Amino acid sequence: MSIDLSQFHQVFFEESFEGLDIMESSLLALDLSEVDAETINTIFRAAHSIKGGAGTFGFMQVSGFTHVVETLLDEIRGGDRVIEQDHVDLFLLCVDCLRGLMTDLQAGSEPDMAQADELKVKFEAILAGEAIATEGSNEDSVETSATTLENITNSNDDDIKGWKVEFIPCEDVLCTGNEPYRMFRELQDLAEAEGGSVEVIPHLERLPEFSKMHPEMCYLSWTILVRAGIELSDIEEIFEWVVDDCDIRYQRLADDNLSAVESHLAPEAIEDVNEEVIAEETVAEETVAEESISNADISGEQKIDQVTEKLAQVVAAKAKTESPKAVVKATNKTAENTSIRVSIDKIDGLINMVGELVITQSMLGQLGQEFDMDRVQRLQEGLGQLEQNTRELQESVMKIRMLPISFAFSRFPRLVRDLSKQLDKEVDLVMIGENTELDKTVMEKIGDPLVHLVRNSLDHGLENAEERTANGKSSNGTITLNAFHHGGNIVIEVKDDGAGLNKERIRKKAIEKGLVGEDEILSDAQIHDLIFQAGFSTAEVVSDVSGRGVGMDVVRRNIAELNGSIEVTSKAGEGSTFSIRLPLTLAILDGQLVKVGEEVYIFPLVSIVESIQLEKSMLNNITGNQFVMQLRNDYIPILCLQDIFNTGAEKKDLEGAMLVVVEGDNEKVGIVVDELLGQQQVVIKSLEQNYQKVDSISGATILGDGTVALIVDVSGLNNKPLEKNSDDQTQAA
Amino acid sequence: MTSAAQKTNNDVVSGTNSDDEQQYLTFIMAGEEYGVDILAVQEIRGWEATTVVPNSPEYIKGVINLRGTIVPIMDLRSRFNLERVEYSPVTVVIILKVETERGERVMGIVVDAVSDVHSISDSDTRNSPELIEDLNTEFIRSLVSVDDNMIILLDVQRLLTIDKKILNIADELAADKE
Repeated sequence: MSIDLSQFHQVFFEESFEGLDIMESSLLALDLSEVDAETINTIFRAAHSIKGGAGTFGFMQVSGFTHVVETLLDEIRGGDRVIEQDHVDLFLLCVDCLRGLMTDLQAGSEPDMAQADELKVKFEAILAGEAIATEGSNEDSVETSATTLENITNSNDDDIKGWKVEFIPCEDVLCTGNEPYRMFRELQDLAEAEGGSVEVIPHLERLPEFSKMHPEMCYLSWTILVRAGIELSDIEEIFEWVVDDCDIRYQRLADDNLSAVESHLAPEAIEDVNEEVIAEETVAEETVAEESISNADISGEQKIDQVTEKLAQVVAAKAKTESPKAVVKATNKTAENTSIRVSIDKIDGLINMVGELVITQSMLGQLGQEFDMDRVQRLQEGLGQLEQNTRELQESVMKIRMLPISFAFSRFPRLVRDLSKQLDKEVDLVMIGENTELDKTVMEKIGDPLVHLVRNSLDHGLENAEERTANGKSSNGTITLNAFHHGGNIVIEVKDDGAGLNKERIRKKAIEKGLVGEDEILSDAQIHDLIFQAGFSTAEVVSDVSGRGVGMDVVRRNIAELNGSIEVTSKAGEGSTFSIRLPLTLAILDGQLVKVGEEVYIFPLVSIVESIQLEKSMLNNITGNQFVMQLRNDYIPILCLQDIFNTGAEKKDLEGAMLVVVEGDNEKVGIVVDELLGQQQVVIKSLEQNYQKVDSISGATILGDGTVALIVDVSGLNNKPLEKNSDDQTQAA
Repeated sequence: MTSAAQKTNNDVVSGTNSDDEQQYLTFIMAGEEYGVDILAVQEIRGWEATTVVPNSPEYIKGVINLRGTIVPIMDLRSRFNLERVEYSPVTVVIILKVETERGERVMGIVVDAVSDVHSISDSDTRNSPELIEDLNTEFIRSLVSVDDNMIILLDVQRLLTIDKKILNIADELAADKE
């Protein structure tokens, strides 16, 4: 009997992703000075189950890779090896790598093994290093080390084919009068005397940013492959002068492994070079294009050939860099179809509720069979009970979709750790209210904006340690993530104790970009609000972390899509707080039912400011058809749904009409309705599922009588008249 | 249309049960008989009042509540630019269901009356002549003759994927008329 294993794949992926999360959080929680055996065990178990699962389902790439990780973990667990910071970093990289592999596999595409292979080599190097020291006391590591390059030392002692020299000079090697190039030349002379050759592979990892580069420092390191039968002492002699302040390692090359070494080293080297090439070429692209124009007629065909060749290279290089992105995009699509894990408590609660509902139903059924007017009282009681049951049931079903926000927060310790390292800032992350529950859909969509805010706070908000101590603050910056319920909303705060928003700079930038007039007086809140404008960034240096000015406007838009809002408060020198306010769920909404013509529409209750009866004195007519009304200090536009929706229903006289004032995107609009009906909770149904997105409509619902009513998207309405006007203008022009 | 009918006026042997035969539900609209794949038909209902959707094309009559799902209703006469008629008690709504990239999609079409169920072999169908370049011909899969009557077989998949692009075209056409 054969079982179709693919039906379990989804479960495997989910469990594996959970396992990876556990590995990641445990690794981050690991205190190196006092290693907790249980934490190591947790990490090991997670890795082990991923390996086991992957093996069962035939994902050999994953299981093979995990095996190496597991071997090292096993040694640490068994006390054969002390865990170091390097190991933790490496394990974290592995978690990322495995996650990538798994996402690829889940999407049904062939996983990209390049990173995995690279990491594998590193692991095997570590494992092999130990194997040499313990003289192969550990079976496992000897077995795995059989394929590594380090084991070369163990084999073929008598047959010298050459040496691999790792030369990592100290930074001021040039100041001491030692020139690496001279040493390489000597090496080459030596090798050529023996009929061999020398290959020098530079490593550029230590190269700092150009602005930080010191001209007299040496940032390079080299791997030198000497393919000649020379004695180690001869090589050592060449490096004699620098051996004290440089890191030099010698390894014997064996014939068989020569090519292996090359291929292992090659990806690294090629990658380094590639990066440069790509960077150069993208810069070159423009100049090449210009060249081709200016020089084409002068130097004729030959030149053009060269240029096209160059361009082809550029395109190829670009395609190379862009293709991984395309893969990522493709995987995102499929990943959305996920399942949800529900605690057994919630299910039990649900079953109880259903039990009560059944009892009420049978009670009402009995009542209906022998009904007379005397029992009206009992019928009403029964109906009341039914209503309560239904509401409780509805609430607990909704709760199933609720997850603690720690799901969204869990990625931040890692993110903050990596980023603070990258930015060289000391940052503490404090998370409060991780158990606050939030709808799963909302959670999925709030992740990216939150990441953006945290990155921003880290990059722009917090100062570096020197600046902080100079300002009398502790050198460690603090970022606080806080989630709590407030009314029917959930509020998520991202708070930093950094420098705060620089009002002057924002103002200046806004004037520069023409967003505000030069002598406009703005309140603090208005200035802070400017950072949410598109294309707005005050960062003086654009880093890869943030500063391109794409972002805050996207953050605001994403949050607005969830019917939420975002605000910022900031105090110079004390820090900034971004508060996101979101509805608890997207599935249910408190609505005000209104009638316009024959149709019933629903306004979200939260968006309604007030409802008033129009009087002639309030009305002002501007530009013919557009009416505005004065409401206290504001002039607000008056709209008729009949016009906006083109329903063709007859319009009533504005005077004496009922007006519902709604607010969305901080703009108020008055909407003329024929009749105000009741208020009720409505379940939001998708219009898009079978139809398509409709402007100014956020969804539909089913009313008590079974008919469909549409829910008005208030912020969509606000933009409507503007669009119309601009259309008119373009037509007129 | 009539010329097309003559071209494809081959006799179809009905009633045979070979494997490539498919069953089609046929309905009448403006005297012509149309057919849709019976597997795409979810149910047949009477006409009921709909909730009008704002700024929808004229052929979308609105949406109804079909046991908890919101289902749009399309007037097929209006879609095919046929003369409009008053809805009567025999006016039927055929609820169609297709699988698309975005999942299942359900939509109702208003037709004059339901006619019959025919078994039609794929080999008996003829492509519709390409003379008529029209938005509507996009929805026609093929033509077939059953008992000397021509049946227009519709491509349900296309009919139901009224995506934004097609709607935009329709809007533009409407705007041009204005």
